[in-house]
Amino acid sequence: MTPNPLKTQADRRKERIDDLAATAGGSPSGTVTGAGEIEESPGVSLIASAWRRLRRNPVFLVGAGITLAFVVLAIIAPWIAPHDPTQGLLLDKVRQQSNPIPGSEPGFPLGADNRGRDLLSRLLVGAQQTLIVGVGATVIGLVGGLTLGTLAGAFGGWVDSFIMRIVDVMLSIPSLLLAMSLAAVAARPSQMTVILAIAIVEIPIFARLLRGSMLAVRSSDHVLAARALGVKQSAVVFRHIIPNSLAPVIVQATIVLATAIIDAAALSFLGLGNPDDRKPEWGQMLGASQEFLGDHPHLAFYPAACIIIVALGFTLMGESLREALDPKSRR
Amino acid sequence: MLRFIVRRLLQMVGVVIVLSLLVFIWLRSLPGGTVSAMLGDRATPESTARLTKQLGLDQPLWVQYGRFVKRVLSGDFGLSTGVLPGRDALDLFLSRMPATIELSILALIIAVAAGIPLGYLAARRRASTLDNLSIVGSLVGVAVPVFFLAFVLKYIFAIQLGVLPVSGRQSTGLDATRVTGFFVLDGILTREWDASWDAFKHLILPALALSSIPFAVIFRITRASVLEVMDEDYVRTAESKGLATSTIRSRHILRNALLPVITTIGLQTGGLLVGAVLTERVFSLGGVGDALATAFTLRDYAVLQVLILAAAVTFVLVNLVVDILYAVIDPRVRTR
Repeated sequence: MTPNPLKTQADRRKERIDDLAATAGGSPSGTVTGAGEIEESPGVSLIASAWRRLRRNPVFLVGAGITLAFVVLAIIAPWIAPHDPTQGLLLDKVRQQSNPIPGSEPGFPLGADNRGRDLLSRLLVGAQQTLIVGVGATVIGLVGGLTLGTLAGAFGGWVDSFIMRIVDVMLSIPSLLLAMSLAAVAARPSQMTVILAIAIVEIPIFARLLRGSMLAVRSSDHVLAARALGVKQSAVVFRHIIPNSLAPVIVQATIVLATAIIDAAALSFLGLGNPDDRKPEWGQMLGASQEFLGDHPHLAFYPAACIIIVALGFTLMGESLREALDPKSRR
Repeated sequence: MLRFIVRRLLQMVGVVIVLSLLVFIWLRSLPGGTVSAMLGDRATPESTARLTKQLGLDQPLWVQYGRFVKRVLSGDFGLSTGVLPGRDALDLFLSRMPATIELSILALIIAVAAGIPLGYLAARRRASTLDNLSIVGSLVGVAVPVFFLAFVLKYIFAIQLGVLPVSGRQSTGLDATRVTGFFVLDGILTREWDASWDAFKHLILPALALSSIPFAVIFRITRASVLEVMDEDYVRTAESKGLATSTIRSRHILRNALLPVITTIGLQTGGLLVGAVLTERVFSLGGVGDALATAFTLRDYAVLQVLILAAAVTFVLVNLVVDILYAVIDPRVRTR
């Protein structure tokens, strides 16, 4: 995947996205079938062969396991949390001591935060909002990117050029800086504005990715065959081109789930996050812990550990998916 | 070569124009707008109206954009309202810049010095323990929020062990002569070695935290690129010619494998800038990133517009330098 040296710098950032896009469609042209590939009969679809490899890949299993555990936790958290995460149950302890953070005691294994709220309950319930931020930002970015990418990829011509110019300018700004600038525009910051700021940054990436893979699929044999049989343009796009172009987009979405959660934490840290902490979120908890770092590092440590584990889970899953869906690694 | 540079410069001008338009629209859409931000709590209907007229905000948008460009070109961004109230915004940016440049350079040096050799070794010993460990390490490196890594480093080395300073750019009570504003360089120029060393010690932890993501990226690109080049025909040819292994490694493999790595290093500047905002905040380093974070929190629009524009221009400029560097290394780029 050595970049073409005859390209300018700006082109090369786009190229990285396009390289991923090129893994779409699974057209095995150019791959020489080696003698050892008995497993790979011509009848096995890309998805099926990818799944076969994934099932045995320990990296994928670890990533998927973490992700599954996280989702389950996010769903059942309100029932298993020992206390109400919004109630300052240890508030009297906060006021009494010169030391403002209540430590652990019976019933409160991790102690409480600076407002006397049970830390364990906040962490458990925090999984829910964290999942919402990650999935919300990814889905909005995905839908926006898919819409733009489909328009560009399906119509071509001036629609394509126009959309891609916008996308290219957006890609030329460092992503978290763009997210910060967008978050600052919100008059009343909330969970939604955080999600939107992160999502908008992802739109150009998804758009470029989908357009690239649609271009790759558009000229493949099965699309040509459908055209030759007289299938309608819309049916060709929605039934034949898009479904086959989605693989790299799904890979990217898995990775965006991780970066969205990390970026949300960074926004909170900079005071651009959701100021309302009645519904705890890990990034928000981590951002708020900075003033107590010197004496109470555990307030930062627990939410950070949760974020790192979950982000690692998504990343491992994404990386192994990328490898499995890449036609070049089919052996 | 000259034509190449001129063409890239022209392209850059286009990008900067689009960016200035974007920044202008962005500034107009910020909540409260410039007037209420500048007046703050002292705003009365009369003073608001006066300042609106004074700033030309009652003019059509395209006139406003024209004025905005004129002011930007003359370096007049107004006075800071929050970061250092009353200070000229451009002045503030220029005085903060050296700290960030020092930090970024050191972080980049760490990332390159660790990433390239490790990536090369990992590729040569593919699937070894070293390879697997470094891959896992680079994945974890990306999953850790930069500012949390800064927290941890600060907590362990500064607060608990006390071997490195907790925050700031130099120890209090140290009376160092200022020449350039780059504290490490100043110490060397004036031969105040202890001042230079002191400033350097203040940079170590922030730079380590900041280098985590560029390191992970440079490592992975180097590894992938070396693996690819090792498979090339010309490497096999060199081997069959009976060239010494060291010659093949340095001339055929490393030299070609490093081309994509150079591009990647250029791409990391954007990330460094954002990372600097987060790490400088943790270590109160008093650089541009610190100012940007404070400006966002306090909604200091005068400072924000300088910093955002400067960030965008820096990003574009660094990319230009990387392109030229690339053309110097690889003559094929020039002949297009």
